[in-house]
Amino acid sequence: MKEIDVNRLEVRHLSTFFDTDEGLIRSVADVSFSIRPGKTTALVGESGSGKSVTSLTLMRLLSRTASTQVSGEAMFTNRAGQTLDLLSLPEAGMRRIRGNEIAMIFQEPMTSLNPVFTVGEQIAESVRLHMGLDRKAALAHALRMLELVEIPAAAQRLHEYPHQLSGGMRQRVMIALAMACNPTLLIADEPTTALDVTIQAQILELMRRLQAETGMSILFITHNLGVVAHHADDVAVMYAGRIVEAAPVRELFAQPRHPYTQGLLACLPAQQRKRELASGQAGAKRRLYAIRGQVSSPLAPPPGCAFEPRCDLAIPSCRDAMPALLAAGPTRSARCIRVEETAVATVETV
Amino acid sequence: MSAPLIEVKNLQRYFGAAAKPVRAVDDVSFSIQPGETLGLVGESGSGKSTIGRTLLRLIDATSGQVLYRGEDLGTASSSRMRALRSKLQMIFQDPYASLNPKMRVKDILGEALQVHGLAKGKEAREARIAELLELVGLRAEHASRYPHEFSGGQRQRIGVARALAVEPEFIVADEPLSALDVSIQAQVVNLLCDLRDRLSLTMLFISHDLDVVEYLCDRVVVLYLGRVMEVAPTAELFAQPLHPYTQALLAASPKPDPEHKSERIALKGDIPSPVNPPSGCVFRTRCPHVIDACSVARPELRDMGKGRFKACIRDDIAGALPVAFVPAATLAAA
Repeated sequence: MKEIDVNRLEVRHLSTFFDTDEGLIRSVADVSFSIRPGKTTALVGESGSGKSVTSLTLMRLLSRTASTQVSGEAMFTNRAGQTLDLLSLPEAGMRRIRGNEIAMIFQEPMTSLNPVFTVGEQIAESVRLHMGLDRKAALAHALRMLELVEIPAAAQRLHEYPHQLSGGMRQRVMIALAMACNPTLLIADEPTTALDVTIQAQILELMRRLQAETGMSILFITHNLGVVAHHADDVAVMYAGRIVEAAPVRELFAQPRHPYTQGLLACLPAQQRKRELASGQAGAKRRLYAIRGQVSSPLAPPPGCAFEPRCDLAIPSCRDAMPALLAAGPTRSARCIRVEETAVATVETV
Repeated sequence: MSAPLIEVKNLQRYFGAAAKPVRAVDDVSFSIQPGETLGLVGESGSGKSTIGRTLLRLIDATSGQVLYRGEDLGTASSSRMRALRSKLQMIFQDPYASLNPKMRVKDILGEALQVHGLAKGKEAREARIAELLELVGLRAEHASRYPHEFSGGQRQRIGVARALAVEPEFIVADEPLSALDVSIQAQVVNLLCDLRDRLSLTMLFISHDLDVVEYLCDRVVVLYLGRVMEVAPTAELFAQPLHPYTQALLAASPKPDPEHKSERIALKGDIPSPVNPPSGCVFRTRCPHVIDACSVARPELRDMGKGRFKACIRDDIAGALPVAFVPAATLAAA
């Protein structure tokens, strides 16, 4: 693959609104991030924060009946070095990209595989479509893909149906399917959430190996901060449809700058223990830090900062306007008007 | 040591045809002391939930005993069991599925009070319901709402209030956090901790989240394929796991810290089918330390001292780094 210095994907001011009977729901609002070639960018957030809608918007997989309003641009650089806007590309052009240049794996491997086709036929389908191989050559390619993802007895599994495989094996098949056309960008939407922790470790290791071998970029969507810490290069934290903090992974975990990120990390039991050890209070169980309240309804967002009602650092001017994403260092940014102070004041000390 | 509150002896629960049963729980024994929180960890299919349900006789055991203060729950009559259920309660995993959508909160809580003849009379009941809602961090005026009007975290609080309504001594909490978002999980963990201390509850905490178990539990039972692999006090288990499965489980769980490079033990393959478990040790098909003797006989749970037990025939692997430990792949330079 040709080395490029431009970002593989550059998303600028992406917004996805759904027009519903109850009103306009701003699922994704003004989201900008980039993915470097051969690197992994993680989108982190809780349910309803807009991570999955972001990925579906990029792939243009939102249902046509959902009356969506999409704006912004997503500049994707393909193998040939051309830069295309995924959001304005004609559907035919998008079909050439989907499953070919950009592949996607989903959370639930059972519902994303077709139950009435064998595993081999499903992989072969995309190879025939995008690489123009005949049936026999496509099946041979599918077999190589199953071997690539370390499925034991691949020649036999090729002719089996999804229900004959375990959850971990199905996710391997999903990855084989995604890798079949050698994508430059893999979008992985909670790929290990449905899996047990020892199987999750296998799948993450596999994705790491494939990335090292092929140089593909990965957009990793997850709520699991442990997985992010070890498998992402850059992180964007989402809250209520917006990116509230973006930073390289080490900087983010070493010193989160947005109060939401600070709270999210502080409420993990493992971080609580680290603080106890650091303060010499090990053994004396303190309460876990908890972010109070809950995410406000997307139909009635609070005025100003969306996190203000739950934030320990909130001041009256937080309610005036939605804060912009402010620089919090050369490589990072946070959507908080108190970003200058958050380097020292963290929610733990409040 | 005082008499245990709950004692589980050689519990078995098989499902399906007798000729080829699914061995969901296969000869599990442990006890829970009054006031103790015991963690039950394991991956899917390890029998955690089946044990929790069998303990409260929501499903019957195939064989073996569950004793509550020395009384065998398996042979208790249904009227006796109903009386005992006011002492033994459960918090369920899914706060969406475990509350009747057609009942108001006051009826959900009131039904539990009524069945057990507690807080008789309209006023006493309303006062008790208000008290329960406040206990779990909700407000009295929430009593007239329906479950759909609450968020997931609030629903789980209602589930906790329902379990506490009858003043139980013992609670089985079956993955009470797994349906909740991270920021809400911390709220519910704090609630469970507070209530446990205030009401001196004994708890069986079923979870696959090792971090929460480490935070919340006094002792931990590690299950694999329906059998106990290791039992140990929490601090000891996490500091030095003795069983190869526990070692792998701890190593596989990613820590939310990019600087923390744990030794990873790559477990090969999948969990075997409980219909046809491996002979001898059930973990041997994935174990990095397997030897020929592992397939011969089922390893008994052996006392390793200091309240620790393990079901593994090898004593030469604990403590020392096993050969299959591999250094964590270095993080790609940020």
